Amino acid sequence: MAGLRPEDWLKATERGLWCAPADLYIDPVRAVERAVVTHGHADHARPGNGRVLATPETLAIMQARYGDAAARQAQPLAYGETLDLGGVTVRLVPAGHVLGSAQVVLEHGGQRIVVSGDYKRRRDPTCPAFEPVACDVFVTEATFALPVFRHPDDAGEIASLLASVALFPERAHLVGAYGLGKAQRTIRLIREAGWDRPLYLHGALQALCDLYEAHGIDLGPLEPAAGRDRAAFAGEIVLAPPGSLSDRWSRRLPDPVTAMASGWMRVRQRAKQRGVELPLIISDHADWDELTATLEEVGAPEVWVTHGREEALVHWAARRGIRARALSLIGREDEDE
Amino acid sequence: MKAFAALLDRLVYTPSRNAKLRLLADYFRRTPDPDRGWALAALTGSLNFPNAKAGAIRELAREQTDEVLFALSYDYVGDLAETTALLWQTQGDAEPPGLADVVETLRQAGRTEVRGLVAGWLDGLDATGRWALLKLITGGLRIGVSARLARVALGQAFDTAVEEIEEIWHAVDPPYGALFAWLADGAGKPDVAGRPTFRPFMLAHPLEERADLDPADWLVEWKWDGIRVQLAARGGERRLYSRTGDDISGAFPDVLAAMDFDGVLDGELLVRDPASPDSSDPGSADPASFNALQQRLNRKTVSKKMLAAHPAYVVAYDILFDGAADLRVLTLEDRRGRLEAFVARHDHPDIELSALLDAPDWESVAALQAEARRLGREGLMLKRRDSLYEPGRKTGLWFKWKRDPLTADAVLMYAQRGHGRRSSFYSDYTFGVWRGGELVPVGKAYFGFTDAELAQLDKWVRNHTVNRFGPVREVEKRLVFEVAFDSIHTSPRHKSGLAMRFPRIARIRWDKPAAEADRIEALEAMV
Ligand SMILES: [Zn+2]
Repeated sequence: MAGLRPEDWLKATERGLWCAPADLYIDPVRAVERAVVTHGHADHARPGNGRVLATPETLAIMQARYGDAAARQAQPLAYGETLDLGGVTVRLVPAGHVLGSAQVVLEHGGQRIVVSGDYKRRRDPTCPAFEPVACDVFVTEATFALPVFRHPDDAGEIASLLASVALFPERAHLVGAYGLGKAQRTIRLIREAGWDRPLYLHGALQALCDLYEAHGIDLGPLEPAAGRDRAAFAGEIVLAPPGSLSDRWSRRLPDPVTAMASGWMRVRQRAKQRGVELPLIISDHADWDELTATLEEVGAPEVWVTHGREEALVHWAARRGIRARALSLIGREDEDE
Repeated sequence: MKAFAALLDRLVYTPSRNAKLRLLADYFRRTPDPDRGWALAALTGSLNFPNAKAGAIRELAREQTDEVLFALSYDYVGDLAETTALLWQTQGDAEPPGLADVVETLRQAGRTEVRGLVAGWLDGLDATGRWALLKLITGGLRIGVSARLARVALGQAFDTAVEEIEEIWHAVDPPYGALFAWLADGAGKPDVAGRPTFRPFMLAHPLEERADLDPADWLVEWKWDGIRVQLAARGGERRLYSRTGDDISGAFPDVLAAMDFDGVLDGELLVRDPASPDSSDPGSADPASFNALQQRLNRKTVSKKMLAAHPAYVVAYDILFDGAADLRVLTLEDRRGRLEAFVARHDHPDIELSALLDAPDWESVAALQAEARRLGREGLMLKRRDSLYEPGRKTGLWFKWKRDPLTADAVLMYAQRGHGRRSSFYSDYTFGVWRGGELVPVGKAYFGFTDAELAQLDKWVRNHTVNRFGPVREVEKRLVFEVAFDSIHTSPRHKSGLAMRFPRIARIRWDKPAAEADRIEALEAMV
């Protein structure tokens, strides 16, 4: 197809990225007839769509979160399998972001476009690693696309949590972690550091932890935090969603040290705004070095930047002779990751 | 440097005093000399590197990336040292520098060498280490640790009373080898004889129950409305110390000039009002208000104009040393005799004697207390005649009986989340009074209520929120507080033009309609 341009068959619309020949929306922000969902986070996976294409893990997560509203018809597509839709070949490839997270590889008219969804490049014991796919257009996220974001080694962050537990044995340590992905990865990392005591969970984290365990990810002994004596939490580690950290829920704990596992903790002002006493820089999104290394690796001559700090990444790419532009999709905010 | 960086990093985010003490004590115990000594110097503000300038850091930061990315980054992070620490691109694999290396090298370094040295160190550190290094060398730690808190932590770390440390503090120098040898390794206590070091103050309890006190056992004097100070002159050196043991000599050259003596006095620092009609006779004039004194506080140096507008002087309460003689082991009555003789002998108009008040019975004591506000005194001091001068607050020896507070009815406007144990409660309250039909904030208070009342207030705030700004909620203007405060003065920094001193919530007036709260005119009349 001579003269076919990528933007002729993949367009930014009000509902999200739309692949015209397949009539397929990627992570639509409003309900559509046919969607492909990159991963289970709420700003990517929304309820109420017709036919939903996703990895079996992502579909399970949507089912756990939305029940019957997850999709009228769920269409599992495992990593590496392909599907033909109106002359477009669709394939899902690991994104390394959370359990089930995938990049969407679209091939049409001799062109290949890869939509990254959210991704990271470092090791995550709860999901398969990101696989770079060479392409003509790479559609990338940009959550941490500023050169000030270089996430440290996560083992060091867990070590500082455990050192604090040793220093304040009469206090509880309350770790805020996003319920899908961050909580389970943080738990795995705590286990890898040798902590085998029970970890205590806010009720909102239980279902997804169970789901991870059902997918073969061993989280060790977990106990509900509810209904327990205040004194019993001294010296223990409790996990809760970020929104519960300084809410009334936390009053059940003895003078808790409030920690938070998030890439945003890198910037002091942001950590302070959240009233965090022990910031843990653990991110499920690529940092600046990972983003730029990925752009070089996939070798796409054209890059579209979807959500985050687009300006900096577009600037960086342009200086390397990559055609880059910001898509500014609506409905994508900084993930509370 | 790594341990020091981890300490600073943790302190920045730690609101509770007890947790800060724990972190500091743990660091002092674990860290070897001389690193811990240099850390102590940094924490107590005893280090500066005149040749390390923020400009050099800015240049280093700009070399890390292009102009656009630097601007976006700085804009996002908002702090130059932090931006630089995060942007830094490490060259090669340099060894991390030790804290002592950094401090000792930098103290010797010339202006042109600083840049290269700093760049080399930055290469050896991680982001937190780089941030700590840049904060250290530019002198702006701002981690909410006072010099006094650092000394308290030192006492906790080595099971030593902080008063003992304070006694020798001003006679030891960074990196405090002799201090740590004494505290940690059982060496002798550093000898401070012949030096004008700080001696911990004897403090008073508030007077709660007075029924069983016999006035004959007590000396009564005014509690002057200034700041408590210690004047120490020994071996030709002179020092003025604040109640927390900080050396404030630099801000009060006029007081230092009056200290042409050999000894240690305890007194109240006040300023005169040169415009007052009886200022020609300094001995009988009343001091200027606390507000005037405030102009002279928290300054490193002071201008001639300031010295002329607000001249400082001292009212002496007590004597700790007369020459080399330690008088703290004498009774107050005996010390008083020595003090009167000392002040008379010294005979300087800027060192006055605090007069003893005639109060043979409780009626006259109470009458004096009732007069305190009219006279501009903070209240009364009652001290047992037989009390020795003992550091800290000893039960039953000295009492302060403050003037009754002022009160006003004000309306709750904003509530903010507290810190630490109170972080799930809206516990900091901003309240206002009426100016015409509008409320203007006049103060902020976060104590004066019980835990049960706090829970009730928290619930009320959540149920009556009209706006949220981060940790702050604006509430419906319906709840009235009876606010008690020690005094109120004009303040151009506040929208109402007024600021309260020591405000607290005296009562929650659940019953009172907001429209009946006080008007600004009523508060202006209290200034
Ligand atoms: Zn995500």
